[in-house]
Amino acid sequence: MNGVHDMGGMQDMGPIQADKNEPVFRERWEARIFAMNRAMGAWRKWNLDASRHERELIPPAEYLRMSYYEKWLSGLVELLAKSGLVTRAEIESGTPEAGSSRATPPLTAEMVPAMIARGTPANRDVPVAARFKAGQRVRGRNINPTGHTRLPRYARGKLGTVERDHGVFVFPDTNAHFQGEKPQHLYSVRFAARELWGDAAAPRDAVYVNLWDDHLEPA
Amino acid sequence: MRRRGSRRVTGIVEPEKRGLRQKQKIRALSAVQVYYDGRTAERVHVMKTSRRDFIANAGAAAAAMHDLAHAQEPEHEHEHSLVPSDPALRVKSLESLLVEKGLVDPAALDTLIDTYERKIGPRNGAQVVARAWLDPTYKRRLLANADSAIAELGYGGQQGEHMVVVENTPKVHNMVVCTLCSCYPWPVLGLPPVWYKSAPYRSRSVIDPRGVLREFGLELPEDVEIRVHDSTAELRYLVLPERPAGSEKLNEEELAALVTRDSMIGVAKVTLPPGVHA
Repeated sequence: MNGVHDMGGMQDMGPIQADKNEPVFRERWEARIFAMNRAMGAWRKWNLDASRHERELIPPAEYLRMSYYEKWLSGLVELLAKSGLVTRAEIESGTPEAGSSRATPPLTAEMVPAMIARGTPANRDVPVAARFKAGQRVRGRNINPTGHTRLPRYARGKLGTVERDHGVFVFPDTNAHFQGEKPQHLYSVRFAARELWGDAAAPRDAVYVNLWDDHLEPA
Repeated sequence: MRRRGSRRVTGIVEPEKRGLRQKQKIRALSAVQVYYDGRTAERVHVMKTSRRDFIANAGAAAAAMHDLAHAQEPEHEHEHSLVPSDPALRVKSLESLLVEKGLVDPAALDTLIDTYERKIGPRNGAQVVARAWLDPTYKRRLLANADSAIAELGYGGQQGEHMVVVENTPKVHNMVVCTLCSCYPWPVLGLPPVWYKSAPYRSRSVIDPRGVLREFGLELPEDVEIRVHDSTAELRYLVLPERPAGSEKLNEEELAALVTRDSMIGVAKVTLPPGVHA
């Protein structure tokens, strides 16, 4: 989706405002919504890619206005409603509907350290042939899907070089839509800054982008 | 630079910093009827009514318009409410709902928060860097297979399942961004700072890395190659900064104390503080 989240290369967004003494969470609600997102993931009703896409679906003006954790709140509310874990009426009222059953949380405090340590690996041990190899010239495909994609606009149609094959990984562009993991090879592709941005860019600089087989074509 | 004081809409102020500024401006401009700075409508209204009242009214109006839009456009995908209420209240309400329905255990939330506030942070990454500076064989392992080398020090897991370590040298400078969202190596750096997740950094890092580094106070010579790593997959990048000259006699703990979070994102170098000599 050519959404506002695909920010690479945009200009005039203002100066970078680094706060030297920033706490991990500035307000308690930020901590709570962060943790709720992690804990609700344990229901396995959605995946990481779907939750990213949900935040991309926030209307552009809102996306730019919202703080980071406001986006997490908005995204979680949508995932909860779409998955059927809660109803929109319950979210509005803040209380369960009469007669709704009470579940048992899949994640307890005791399980948190193991969950964090285990993580959620995205590589897959399946035999899939690589379409490209290190050193090969490739081009980012000129595609404009209306759903989730991890191929940024700035790399589309651009020439690059495969630097490294990282092996087989879940393909977010289908996984985000529950259309399967479609495991395929994931690469680091080097794009010269001048290829991406023209002659005003520094001659030696480069951008490395992680792209999958389906994002690339031979050049 | 952000131009201010004109009617032109300029730049995106990080929303986190907006609240305070807004209050300051409201006080300073109480006599001014119209004030343009991006989110005009809200600000103009804020001066006439309280913010809470405005949001409540606007929320109802927007919800009605949104419903209408949906009625006309059955395939419209945007379900997000258009005007948020106070997020603190909404988050509290959501948590109480999820707890009451037995969907989350509040003690699990406490443990998650405590983990990322107290246990997992950039000190982890600093230890990895210090070890690599002192032990060449560890450094080789780290650059060849970051996951297992980082696991040797006890770190790994969520949002760092597939680590890549990139080494800065006098000729190559690496820096890391996630232009599409906020991907960041949690096990070694903790949760990302606001600026890393903000529109200014996400947008400009790839097109103007030298300008971005300059804003962090780092000017790199033209003959240094800058490699910007856009974290578009589940690979997470840790920059191995250059060891500062004059640090030869420092031990691992002292070296780790020098290593900043920003140097491991690649927007700063590691420097010796004044008074520290080999």
